[in-house]
Amino acid sequence: MPHITPGQAYGFFTDTSVCIGCKACEVACKQWNQLEGNEPSFLDGFDNTGRLDAENWRHVQFHDDVPDQTTTDGNGTAWLLMSDVCKHCRQASCMEVCPTNAIIRTEFDSVFIQPDVCNGCRNCIAACPYDVIGVNHTTGIAQKCTLCYDRLQSDMTPACAKACPTESITFGPVEELRTMAAKRLETLHAQGVTQAGLYGHDEKVYGGLNAFFLLMDRPEKYGLPDERNAVLPSRNNAGGYLTAAVTAVLGVLGGLIALGRRKEKVSEVESDG
Amino acid sequence: MDDVVQHFAGPPDWLWYILAYFFLAGLSGGSYVLATLLRFRDGPGDEAMARIGYYIAFPPMLAAPILLALDLGRPWLFWHMLVNTTPGRPGLNFAYWSPMSVGSWALVVFGAITTVSFAAALVRDGKLRLPLVTRVDGRAFNVVGSVFGLFIAGYTGVLLSVSNQPVWSDTWALGGLFLASGLAGSAALMLLLTRYRPEARQSAGMLSVSERLYTLLELVLILVFAATLFAAGTQGQVFGVPWLALWLVVLAGLVPGLYGLATRGVTVDGAAALRHSPAVPLLVLAGVLALRAAVIFSVQV
Repeated sequence: MPHITPGQAYGFFTDTSVCIGCKACEVACKQWNQLEGNEPSFLDGFDNTGRLDAENWRHVQFHDDVPDQTTTDGNGTAWLLMSDVCKHCRQASCMEVCPTNAIIRTEFDSVFIQPDVCNGCRNCIAACPYDVIGVNHTTGIAQKCTLCYDRLQSDMTPACAKACPTESITFGPVEELRTMAAKRLETLHAQGVTQAGLYGHDEKVYGGLNAFFLLMDRPEKYGLPDERNAVLPSRNNAGGYLTAAVTAVLGVLGGLIALGRRKEKVSEVESDG
Repeated sequence: MDDVVQHFAGPPDWLWYILAYFFLAGLSGGSYVLATLLRFRDGPGDEAMARIGYYIAFPPMLAAPILLALDLGRPWLFWHMLVNTTPGRPGLNFAYWSPMSVGSWALVVFGAITTVSFAAALVRDGKLRLPLVTRVDGRAFNVVGSVFGLFIAGYTGVLLSVSNQPVWSDTWALGGLFLASGLAGSAALMLLLTRYRPEARQSAGMLSVSERLYTLLELVLILVFAATLFAAGTQGQVFGVPWLALWLVVLAGLVPGLYGLATRGVTVDGAAALRHSPAVPLLVLAGVLALRAAVIFSVQV
């Protein structure tokens, strides 16, 4: 791959149709980023990680999609596997709500939480629609995938993409990845895999995801909101403040009515006297 | 699935400290507003009752920064809410689109305002010799303070809504609901404390009427809140078991106000308000707390 150049948008194209669930990405990520990981738990399928959080910046999802009746071989419906990661959204919900400006966009167009600036308010966790961010219980700060920011600065491919044996995870300039993804989708559709679809490759989801996916089922099956539900937290600012403002006006009016009633009462007492 | 709003966001673990802050913020803001209304009316007993309000408004604002700091992952970096420490980008942090950022500044301002009004109430009661604060604590100052008080009592609900959490982000009613509940709770708390300040008793009737009206407003907003959740399909999360028990406490807290409205309308009857057992205003306050607990915990626990 050509040199990694600051000023250009980089990301991941994760093709779930070729993911084999080996978790090499998880291991490489933990090893490079010195993440201890949580205690393993034995969940459905072969998942012993559970979710993305401060200790898991890559998480391979296993969805048991085995049909009740045997169907034709090789149509990819037996298991849904996906190596999940921070999407590095162009319009990032976490960045939008962060009150400390700890979450910034880097020179590689990735979304990065500055560890020295974050104070652990967790507003980003409430906002992230993908449940990507977690709090490190040792440092108290919010953490997530950095797109291997330190590796990019040293002209190195992120650890997960480097380790992926099936090239399910491809790293590169976002524009090139989009072209690659479109071709791959075309190939799959030509092979009759009509359920395959791209998620986050265009502006319909948070202005475009720098880490986008080729999925073998509907997005919600993988814990991804569909286009209609991919919305920013700030959508509720106007309605929320407006309701509060109307209530404030009614509250003051209520107080004035109560005061007026008292005034009448006092006047009555005075006139009686 | 098409009609139900999809949510995949994880909980931020805003629990006990945040519940305590939301409760205190509602009472502080509401008390300040009611105190200012009373001071403007300036009838017999009004100034004495207003001072009760200003006394109530201050301690929560003392506790609020501590509670909020303790809830942070790194409490000693609470000041990062106000100051940008990003290398190469020095300056103050203010993001008008982030209620947490706006709220941090509002808290600083309202904290200062309640401190001045608290000190001025002490001076006017002859408990403190600092005449300067009474000159600052004029009517214009109280009006500005009331605007901030209304904000502090209500923005906490907007903060929850400006997220991608189930329930919270499915409604636009939380800001208004928390404000109405804070006002009703403040009126109840001031009525409760009137027992210890006889010269304020003449204003008890006014507070009782305002509490009834705020209770009605709160009930309407609870219904609006429920309607928005039904539209999103997430009503089961907040109104289901075990949270139903908290909603029963919320409804119990509305009973005194609604009963008063049904039996006496907006007729002033201060003596009746003072005859009530202290359990009545305490029930109202329990409802204020339960409302916030139901909204906060049902989404995260």
